[in-house]
Amino acid sequence: MTTTTAASASLTEAKETPVFYVADEHDHPEGSSTMLGFWLYLMSDCLIFAVLFATYGVLGGSYAAGPSPKELFDLPLVAVNTSMLLLSSITYGFAVLEMQKKNVNAMLLWLVVTGLFGAAFLGIELYEFAHMIHEGATPQRSAFLSSFFTLVGTHGLHVTFGIIWMITLITQVWRFGLIEANKRRLLCLSMFWHFLDVVWIGVFTFVYLMGVLR
Amino acid sequence: MSTHEHGHGSHDAHGHHDSGHPESTLRGYLIGFGLSVVLTAIPFWLVMTGKLGNNELTTVAILALAAVQIVVHMVYFLHMSPSSEGGWTMLALIFTVVMVVITLAGSLWVMYHMNTNMMPGMDPSQLP
Repeated sequence: MTTTTAASASLTEAKETPVFYVADEHDHPEGSSTMLGFWLYLMSDCLIFAVLFATYGVLGGSYAAGPSPKELFDLPLVAVNTSMLLLSSITYGFAVLEMQKKNVNAMLLWLVVTGLFGAAFLGIELYEFAHMIHEGATPQRSAFLSSFFTLVGTHGLHVTFGIIWMITLITQVWRFGLIEANKRRLLCLSMFWHFLDVVWIGVFTFVYLMGVLR
Repeated sequence: MSTHEHGHGSHDAHGHHDSGHPESTLRGYLIGFGLSVVLTAIPFWLVMTGKLGNNELTTVAILALAAVQIVVHMVYFLHMSPSSEGGWTMLALIFTVVMVVITLAGSLWVMYHMNTNMMPGMDPSQLP
């Protein structure tokens, strides 16, 4: 890459044409822009969820004579689910703190705990979905249920991939230790995980609590 | 990749800048967690007991609490601050919030009016 830049630089010098790019780019240390880039990804993810929320907001009242949120949603179960995700957020925070203190084993332990809370969240959500589908409240039943399963399912899918990422990172740190690249990845996953918790605030307020109030 | 060795000099000069994250503290996480628990428990309690008695009032209350909790998560868990990454994360966040508000408010507003104006007594003779 450096050779091509040098070649094109000498080419432009020879022809004395104006240079339309930064010819003498200053150095960027490896990974210096990863956190900002990952933040931009999260913001684009935020737009995906905004669209799904808007869809649910529009279609959430169209039951097609099917079951309504009041009949379907089990608020105590949702409260347990919410606390699982909230607990996983604080345990991930503890993992980051141990990472700063370079306690590899304590950090791995907190990551495992976080993963287990995440898995508990997913398990409860899948139980809820299975229960609803068993009662005939399938995604095909009404526009409300289609948009509900799309929105909540997309969030659940994100949590699933977060857990896969967490398992991958646990293996990485286990094998290679807390190298600079792994620290960066841990901080990215931290942002991803806390971001999912932020989205879940919207889900339990907008979908579950307001659904029961409707 | 060949720029990496050169990059090391500025790496040290910038210090904390390239990690992009301010140091997290136990105190910060605990404050954030405590606030989140309270801000989650109140809306569930309001809806499950129906203490406010009025659905509209409860809706406004839980939406306000959710907004506060989102800010708490942003500050204490995601470490958002106007100065992180030289202000670029905040700029991206503000842009995203504007887009989200337009998408949500626009969709809900337009579709609500479509529903109320078109659905109930749609008179075919008045169609062009």
